[in-house]
Amino acid sequence: MKLLKTLTACAAIVTGISQASGQMLINGAGATFPYPLYSKWFFEYAKVDPSVRFNYQSIGSGGGQKQILEQTVDFGASDGPMSDENLAKAKGKILHIPTVGGAVVITYNLPGSPALKFDSDTVVDIFLGKITKWNDPRLAKLNEGAKLPELDIVVVHRSDGSGTSYIFTDYLSNVSPEWQKSVGKNASVKWPVGLGGKGNEGVAGQVKQLQGSIGYVELAYARQNKLPVGELKNAAGNFIKPSVASVTSAFASAKVPDDFRFSMVNPPGADAYPIAGTTWLLVYEKQTNAEKGRKLVEFLNWAATQGEGMAAALDYAPLPEELQKRVIERIKSIQ
Amino acid sequence: MGRWASVPPASAGPFQNLGMKTKDPGGDAGFSQDTGVKSPWDSIFKWFTFLMAMSVIALIFLVGYELFKSSRLSISKFGWRFLVSSDWDPVAEQFGALPFIFGTLVSSLIALIIAVPLSIGTALYLTELAPVWVRAPLAFLVQLLSAVPSVILGLWGIFVMVPWLRENLFPWLRSAFGFSPLFQGPIYGVSILAGGIIIAIMILPIITSVSREIIRSVPGLQREAAYALGATRWEVTRIAVLSYAKKGLFGAVILGLGRALGETMAVTMVIGNRPEIAKSLFAPGYTLASVVANEFAEATTEIYLHALFEIGLVLLGVTVLVNALAQLLLRAFGGSGVKA
Repeated sequence: MKLLKTLTACAAIVTGISQASGQMLINGAGATFPYPLYSKWFFEYAKVDPSVRFNYQSIGSGGGQKQILEQTVDFGASDGPMSDENLAKAKGKILHIPTVGGAVVITYNLPGSPALKFDSDTVVDIFLGKITKWNDPRLAKLNEGAKLPELDIVVVHRSDGSGTSYIFTDYLSNVSPEWQKSVGKNASVKWPVGLGGKGNEGVAGQVKQLQGSIGYVELAYARQNKLPVGELKNAAGNFIKPSVASVTSAFASAKVPDDFRFSMVNPPGADAYPIAGTTWLLVYEKQTNAEKGRKLVEFLNWAATQGEGMAAALDYAPLPEELQKRVIERIKSIQ
Repeated sequence: MGRWASVPPASAGPFQNLGMKTKDPGGDAGFSQDTGVKSPWDSIFKWFTFLMAMSVIALIFLVGYELFKSSRLSISKFGWRFLVSSDWDPVAEQFGALPFIFGTLVSSLIALIIAVPLSIGTALYLTELAPVWVRAPLAFLVQLLSAVPSVILGLWGIFVMVPWLRENLFPWLRSAFGFSPLFQGPIYGVSILAGGIIIAIMILPIITSVSREIIRSVPGLQREAAYALGATRWEVTRIAVLSYAKKGLFGAVILGLGRALGETMAVTMVIGNRPEIAKSLFAPGYTLASVVANEFAEATTEIYLHALFEIGLVLLGVTVLVNALAQLLLRAFGGSGVKA
């Protein structure tokens, strides 16, 4: 009798455990840039629907694309759109679901930290190594009244492949045919000049220490660390300070094609900050596991509505309303 | 690992003619195959250790094979050009490993130049000269250095070491040795020299610990014999200790070199990550391990991934080659008499 009791007790414990782990596990992997927001989403969503649990590995966009292609995860995430070549390799149709936007800001270190303005030509030529001194007449003309020393410009760029570099080089390629031809856009490129720092913290660390240096980091990082950032002249001719609001207006004025694989650098909007980009979740249109697919769709719907509201507090730009509607419409097509 | 353990008996010290070589009192006779008691456990034990040894070798070949397999696209596209080209352009899909090979070898060489005298000096002090009561705590502190995680060391490198190098050491080097092209050009702080210094810090503990064990294993009779001949402390250290332990110390250095070649995180943070072959040590550089760590996560095209795998293969090749070279050097150097 005693034995039976023990056995039932054991069985009860085992069922208890399996019930607890009877939660559905949805796996995702990819981009590091939206990771802080996504983990907040998963944390909050656990309260909305306790029956699913999300596991997200921020291994980088390349890894995210690779894993969704190989179907080792239920969703991928990427800061750059998948190429036609990679999409053709997929076993089904992969949808790009834009989630939030981010911006890349220009930060620098000059004595007296003056507030500086740049336009696309000066940024391109600084990163091409053609403007080499801070008192270059073109910089002086943009910044009348600012004290520009006769100091060598030291360019600092990301050494690790990253979505930040992708958006930045996307912008440079967009505004300069020369950049597009000689360097191009990618998560890592062959930089004509400069030092490589690992991660946002590597670039910011270099720039903070080295007088005369200039680099680029993502907006959220710059805001949280209170780095000096430059204003940038946009396509409409206005000088724009990077902020969540100016990224959302970049979103609003960007042309978004039907497959959502869009670039929003240098958009026409009057208040749009020009170096902005979005990040995507990658999901198959036809889900292999119906139950899992249903849960995933529920989550995506929640993210596109409730989730968007949490973005600005973490320095990500939420989707503008019109795009949000289109995204929700697209999520409905997932089976 | 058995390299240095087997060294002392093989390289008999300079006093072997004096009949002072310690003799093993025939204790291993029982284990030889011809004599002694036969037990099934002996053969099981033998096969077990054989299997262990083989699995390590198999692992190396497996790693090499996998790297080769995963880099075949890049190998067939670039061929030998991969090793001699300096072009690394993920957008144009042109890949060459030369600047990375250069950076790896130079930074490791700098690390050895700094770390070897420091480590062996420390080891000698700890075994021969230091008061007995400080030996254990000092040795412990040195080993503690190896417990510092590589990322932490890298962050310390960016925020403490590099600014200090830029403000103090590098300007001094430039003013003192500026006639040499090695110490010319603009100073950014992050540089191949900074990379070498951080590697030196990372390989110090292992070379020191191993050297200390080797020097400790030099029989006391060696020293006493030298003292008996009227040698000074320095002469004793040089003739009796160092020359006796020579091969073992060389092994310790090779062990450190192995680590130096593959060091990644901390180096990436201070070396400047620029694939360029520059004359100046103040210029930024790049290493094989760093480029893989930096670019692997975001590599989306197939040829790019294959090129990164080939970088891994090259790193394996460089490590094997350097080690083989060191072995040859050791043989040539070990055979040419016993003078230290």
